[in-house]
Amino acid sequence: MRLHPMFAALRRHKAGVVLIALQIALTLAIVCNAIFIIGQRVQTIGRESGMDESDVYIVSQQWVGVENAEDDASVAKLDALQREDLAALRNMPDVAAVTPTNSVPLYNASWTGSVSLKPGNGEYDGSTPGTAYVSYYDVDDQALAVLGAKLVEGRFFHADEVIHVGGTDARHAKVMVISKALARKLVPDGSALGKALYIDGTTDPITVVGVLDTLQAPANVTKVPWNTVLMPVRLNSFFSRYAVRAKPGRLDAAMKATPDVLYKTNPMRVLDEYSVKSFAAVRRDAYQSDLSMAILMGAVCVILIGVTAAGIVGLTSFWVGQRHRQIGVRRALGARKVDILMYFQMENLAIAGGGAAIGTLLAIVINFWLMRNFDMARLPLPWIGVGIVAVLVLGQLSVLSPARRASNVPPVAATRAG
Amino acid sequence: MFGYYLELALRSLKRSPGLTVLMVLAIGFGVGASMTTYSVLRAVSGDPIPWKSSRLFVPQIDAWGPGGRRDGNTEPPDALTYIDAMALMRDHRARLQSAIYMIAPSIVPEGSGKHPLNVTGHAVYNEFFPMVEAPFLHGGGWSADDDKRRAAVAVITQRLNLKLFGGADSVGRTINVAGKAYRIVGVLGDWNPMPRYYDVFNSGGFSTDKDDLFIPFDRAIETGVTRDGSTSCNVSPKDPGFVSLQQSSCVWVSYLVQLDDMAAVASYRQYLDGYARDQQRAGRFAWAPNGRLYDVNAWLAVQQVAPRDTKISAVVALGLFIVCLVNTVGLLLAKFLRRSGEIGIRRALGAPRSAIYAQFLTEASIVGLAGGLLGLLLTGVGVLAMGSMLPRNIASLARIDMPLLLLTLVVAVVSAVLAGLYPTLRASQVQPAWQLKSN
Repeated sequence: MRLHPMFAALRRHKAGVVLIALQIALTLAIVCNAIFIIGQRVQTIGRESGMDESDVYIVSQQWVGVENAEDDASVAKLDALQREDLAALRNMPDVAAVTPTNSVPLYNASWTGSVSLKPGNGEYDGSTPGTAYVSYYDVDDQALAVLGAKLVEGRFFHADEVIHVGGTDARHAKVMVISKALARKLVPDGSALGKALYIDGTTDPITVVGVLDTLQAPANVTKVPWNTVLMPVRLNSFFSRYAVRAKPGRLDAAMKATPDVLYKTNPMRVLDEYSVKSFAAVRRDAYQSDLSMAILMGAVCVILIGVTAAGIVGLTSFWVGQRHRQIGVRRALGARKVDILMYFQMENLAIAGGGAAIGTLLAIVINFWLMRNFDMARLPLPWIGVGIVAVLVLGQLSVLSPARRASNVPPVAATRAG
Repeated sequence: MFGYYLELALRSLKRSPGLTVLMVLAIGFGVGASMTTYSVLRAVSGDPIPWKSSRLFVPQIDAWGPGGRRDGNTEPPDALTYIDAMALMRDHRARLQSAIYMIAPSIVPEGSGKHPLNVTGHAVYNEFFPMVEAPFLHGGGWSADDDKRRAAVAVITQRLNLKLFGGADSVGRTINVAGKAYRIVGVLGDWNPMPRYYDVFNSGGFSTDKDDLFIPFDRAIETGVTRDGSTSCNVSPKDPGFVSLQQSSCVWVSYLVQLDDMAAVASYRQYLDGYARDQQRAGRFAWAPNGRLYDVNAWLAVQQVAPRDTKISAVVALGLFIVCLVNTVGLLLAKFLRRSGEIGIRRALGAPRSAIYAQFLTEASIVGLAGGLLGLLLTGVGVLAMGSMLPRNIASLARIDMPLLLLTLVVAVVSAVLAGLYPTLRASQVQPAWQLKSN
């Protein structure tokens, strides 16, 4: 096939060629980045929290008219209230296990700090070997059953290891259970089991007695989501939070019965519409913005591809109309139908190819800009490769119908005006 | 003449319905997507108090020094320590000022059988209300004297008033806040500025909780009304408890001042600097003064209250809009040039170039108007969809109003006319003689 007539024709339609190429370039650049964003969000949403999430719900409540002080008497009183609640919840027929907790994975409340293999390392530091940023969960000995996390080394807490302190009391328990990710970070070659760790720059050693396979941090901890620490501590404050595992299939019943059970234990408390929340809802809230971003980007991609395809169809149809006579001449001189078809397909391939070349550059530029301003990751080149193939195919498909119409122009058109 | 162009345009659009529909769809979707994301962007990056934002400032004092920062950051902490906030209140150097901390006490409604409820609010000084120009329905704020006496007074919003008193004028009545009786002195109308510029530290700018209760700061501290919200510590407090927190270097108090002119701003800057220098001399700070004084908009920018996703979405939607415009240019070009013959005849019959311009730009603007109407519909659908998709604290902010609707139409028409410029130029360059000959 000789390409000369094609380029000669293209030269006569500079504006149209430039417009189609530009449109394809912009489409490629935006769709590549948008799909990359979707991919990242979907990956984020799909992460395993390390919990057995079904049948788990969270109760957050606060007592009314209690002294929120941290002297021993007040703390003892607050702890008594909390133990009453725990007993009442554990007595519910639909409940399998309950633990007090400050937060759970993906929940919108976090207690964060740093741990170190050395005592008194007062500075927050996550980059030095043997130190790490962490999120804390203060729970009791029932937490493993509630969370359904997998213990891969050592043991979980014993009931007599659980201490109780005021909400801002810095005293710590003697033992802790950590996530495998944290264990690896602190002791890259070997086991962290039995090691003494120091938290938040303090000098009291805390022994690692167990390692969990995976346990994610709360939702607002985005930078280091896998370094988690469980401590056998009941926090005593004017509010409390409980993580509850319902018996299999009894989640709704247990959740529904919870407010009445708690009010019956002690009516002087606040429970509102968000107080009893299933873990499914916790997960949904945690990833809501990622999900909406993915949907929005998806919608933009669909519109973009539709508009570009329609644009190609429109302009090519116009060209076919304009070159009606030229096509007739070529047919009269012996060009077959398939030659005309191929001609328009090739023409589009050339334009789309040019557009894709510019689009590749543009995609990288946009990605760099997003990286600079919005902490985006680098767009992997294979993504752009897939994008290029996609826009070329899009161009070929869009041009198919006008090209077929062109190939149906009879040779006799050469003798007519127009 | 315009009527004639209108008729010509409509006839031409009817002649090639496919192309016309394509153009209208392209503009409609482009405008719809852009306006939907813009409505969210506008909500999260808006000025919460436009008439006054340049006179309200957030002071920062570096209570941590270089040791409290990581990763090369040089900004002081985002809030004040209790010690510094109280020193600033005592010195009282601004025209109006208030230390602010977030509270979420329980309220026990009167009458038996009602469960206690939780309200969110802030402990503030009397000058807070005139400073933020909070609109009172009944009564007003409390006095400086009330602050001094640590009076048990409260300002509530109409929302809470409705819940507790059925919406009646409740000034003078009492409510039970965290177990203590407070006398209501004022009821605020519907007031919930977003971003919550007076307490970005705790709200991050946006909060689903509405501020329903305000009580005097010193009274709240004295009676130990627990703070709700964040506490950032460089060094943990020595002892547990609220009192120990007040003596620590942890930051948890927001602060807002009103400074009416450049001179006042300059002298307040000087004052902050002098204060930090005094602290350095006294040995409390072992570093040079590193204070800041941002006005409301600068503060919102520094704190990056507008979510990144919103900005990315807006940029991507703008890209989509550009593609739609390029597309429209191409389609208009095809459409106009297809009528070269008609143009040739009109020119030959004596129509000047300007008449061709007018005719084709009229046609482009009709396409723009139709696209705009479709865009309006799609923006409506888009904003509704965003409402159900976005996180709750942002979703409630995206809404449709008259300015947005007008803007949608204007953007659609203006962009269609812009898109029509080049094709019109090409159309007007058609040589009448050549066209007449070839036909």
